[in-house]
Amino acid sequence: MVSAVTDAHGHGKDRGQDHGHDHHGPAKGWRRWLYATNHKDIGTMYLVFSGLMFFIGGTMALVIRSELFTPGLQFVAPNVFNQMTTMHALIMVFGAVMPAFVGLANWMIPMMIGAPDMALPRMNNWSFWILPAAFSILMSTLFMPGGAPAGGWTMYPPLVLQTGDAFPFLIFSVHLMGLSSIMGAINVIVTIINMRTPEMSLLKMPMFVWTWLITAYLLIAVMPVLAGAVTMLLTDQFFGTSFFLAAGGGDPVMFQHIFWFFGHPEVYIMILPAFGVVSEIIPTFARKPLFGHDSMVYAASSIAFLSFIVWAHHMFTVGMPLTGQLFFMFATMLIAVPTGVKVFNWTATMWKGAMTFETPMLFSLAFLFLFTIGGFSGLMLAVVSSDIQYHDSYFVVAHFHYVLVPGSIFGIMAAVYYWLPKWTGHMYNEKLGQVHFWLSTIFVNVTFFPMHFLGLAGMPRRIPDYSTQFTDFNSIASIGAIGFGISQLLFVYIVVQCVRKRGSRASDTVWENPKGLEWTVPSPAPYHTFTQPPHVGAGAAFS
Amino acid sequence: MIRRTCLGAAGLLAAASASADWAINMPRGVTELSAETHDLHMQVFYWCCAIAVVVFGAMIWSLIRHRKSRGVEPAKFSHSMTAEVIWTVIPIIILLLMAVPAAETLIKLEDSRKPDLTVIVTGYQWKWHYAYQGEDVAFYSTLARASADARRKNSGIDPFTVDNYLLDVDRPLVVPKGAKVRILLTSNDVLHAWWVPDLAIKKDAIPGFFNETFFRAIETGVFRGQCAELCGMDHGYMPIVVEVVEPEAFVAWLASEKDAAAKLASAN
Ligand code: HEM
Ligand SMILES: [Cu+2]
Ligand SMILES: [Cu+2]
Repeated sequence: MVSAVTDAHGHGKDRGQDHGHDHHGPAKGWRRWLYATNHKDIGTMYLVFSGLMFFIGGTMALVIRSELFTPGLQFVAPNVFNQMTTMHALIMVFGAVMPAFVGLANWMIPMMIGAPDMALPRMNNWSFWILPAAFSILMSTLFMPGGAPAGGWTMYPPLVLQTGDAFPFLIFSVHLMGLSSIMGAINVIVTIINMRTPEMSLLKMPMFVWTWLITAYLLIAVMPVLAGAVTMLLTDQFFGTSFFLAAGGGDPVMFQHIFWFFGHPEVYIMILPAFGVVSEIIPTFARKPLFGHDSMVYAASSIAFLSFIVWAHHMFTVGMPLTGQLFFMFATMLIAVPTGVKVFNWTATMWKGAMTFETPMLFSLAFLFLFTIGGFSGLMLAVVSSDIQYHDSYFVVAHFHYVLVPGSIFGIMAAVYYWLPKWTGHMYNEKLGQVHFWLSTIFVNVTFFPMHFLGLAGMPRRIPDYSTQFTDFNSIASIGAIGFGISQLLFVYIVVQCVRKRGSRASDTVWENPKGLEWTVPSPAPYHTFTQPPHVGAGAAFS
Repeated sequence: MIRRTCLGAAGLLAAASASADWAINMPRGVTELSAETHDLHMQVFYWCCAIAVVVFGAMIWSLIRHRKSRGVEPAKFSHSMTAEVIWTVIPIIILLLMAVPAAETLIKLEDSRKPDLTVIVTGYQWKWHYAYQGEDVAFYSTLARASADARRKNSGIDPFTVDNYLLDVDRPLVVPKGAKVRILLTSNDVLHAWWVPDLAIKKDAIPGFFNETFFRAIETGVFRGQCAELCGMDHGYMPIVVEVVEPEAFVAWLASEKDAAAKLASAN
């Protein structure tokens, strides 16, 4: 397959990695990006797009936190506040976290499995370029009569049906995001299944590839479910159906069941690739192989399977039969077992290693500690009678921000620091990287830890103003949020400096003896890598 | 500006001195089940702390001891069946130990049989309506005037000067101490949720459906909560106040309410 493609280009005999492929170099100017089919270019576009969304979503978060700095309403009207919470979540989930992981997949999966590119490069172009369209549509709603969607990212009817002109645009943009994700996922699956270098059996694949493979299946399974749910909203609004309207014989709660059947796997879609990243980084900096590679694969697979049968833990207050509640409580508690296995295996990887603490490792370690805290609050939330108290309070906000910010987002940052020298051929500024790490880690805790207390003390989520006894922790959280936001400008600076080749030259392996095929190609990685399948030699021992 | 800051500072002090208002944990509440829920919450929390000590302890130990700067040689091992079985089985056992009391409390929480009193609670954008079943007493409960004035954007009124800012209503729900009060919940428009932390109940109000929950308060007092399901613009401004009174006081209150209702009816 691979060689057939190369043959068509008339290089039948001479297919070395480093011969002059001038006519294969990047196109000039905007054509390179608009018509991009190269996995590295598309990966870069995904990552840049994700970074842009991260800052737009982050700005919205700062509007929210500024309003909540003290009691009383200072900056925005309540409906604008609700638009900010809704848009913040949609942009962060679908615009920042998911595209960042697709970008990493594009860059790294072919290089980790010894493939020349993604299997479906033209679809790859589409799945990226749909995203700017989707988010332009979504963000244009901010300027429409009635404002942007304000019913929460969960889009529960009947409230979401009160959205103004923005409503059909919301639905359409969600459809587009889903389309993009599904195409990205198909591409990942086809690439991994068909394009691995022949010597790489499935169980020899690096952890990042494995977790992405599982993630891609989750995406294919649940994005259509989300599309179905929002389509039913659309027909309820415009075409006289009553799927979710009691007056016509429908049931508003059915939407929640469908949404969370998508929603819970979705949260694992956002964390599994981060598991993969951390599983690559910790062995490198502990100078010791990943502990329990195969059991990590089984754990990730069980997590993926279980994620389909726990959805109603988001709905313990809707009024379900007792047996249903018991089932979802036990199933949710069960997820803690494979999640625990992962944490223990990472710890065992560090154990008796010879660790150093470069920025990617620091972010991975913070991931390890802080994601685990999010896991603990998850376990607490699984207990139905306690969840009756926690649900829709700031305790839940604390939980999911612990798993998503120092979880998914730290995973992404760790990955960027880890592979950036491979992408650019230059080292980032290590000192600044560590400053960025410490600022991020301190502020993330200042922001989100007090939210546990707020929730337990009775503060509901999604409110623009609060009673005076909640003041202190809210002020602390707001200060943390502003600090976290500003610290991320440093991240941009570090990355830009590295891209502008301001650091020292990176060697091909970049780090001290890292494992994996991506380290066998030059730094910066040439535009085309692995035009012929490599050997999975000593450089890539995973067992 | 200076005046506002001073007011704010004074308010902060006042809030801090009324330390009962300042909480970082789930309240024990005033029903048997709220106390049980609190204990369950603490129990699971302590389990998490214990696990954290072991796991974080191992990580920190490793971070201190197994660093290259100490000149150690990395070990080569990459799996151990024994270790993996241990850290699969032990969590399962801990989870079972948690699951049993969790299930017990949940079963009690669902037993809403034989209520002494039933109140039909209806959510509206953005207020609550309470109707005492079979008693001809019904009324709306909306945000108290002082809060409603202060909550307007840049109202110039300092929230710290308002009693129970955003947690006060014009007419609270009055219920007798010791009675099992059943709440039948529904909504007139979108979803809402009725949450009073001290009673440990939170249930969604769903248009077209009735949801059921209950509480039995064992202390008198005033207990405050808020709508907990996003219901639109003024979701943050539809608090819940439950006044638990002695049974005799409740009977008297109910009689006077009926009287007032009858007078109003004859006047029309
Ligand atoms: C040990 C594993 C976990 C357990 C047991 C768990 C459990 C729960 C439960 C029971 C809730 C519902 C709380 C409520 O609304 O009352 C919840 C909410 C949530 N969880 Fe987790 N969780 C776990 C891990 C994760 C991970 C890994 C992520 C994502 C990276 C995540 C993201 C979320 C989000 C986003 C919500 C809130 C959704 C919303 O209402 O807007 N959780 N979790
Ligand atoms: Cu979930
Ligand atoms: Cu509400």
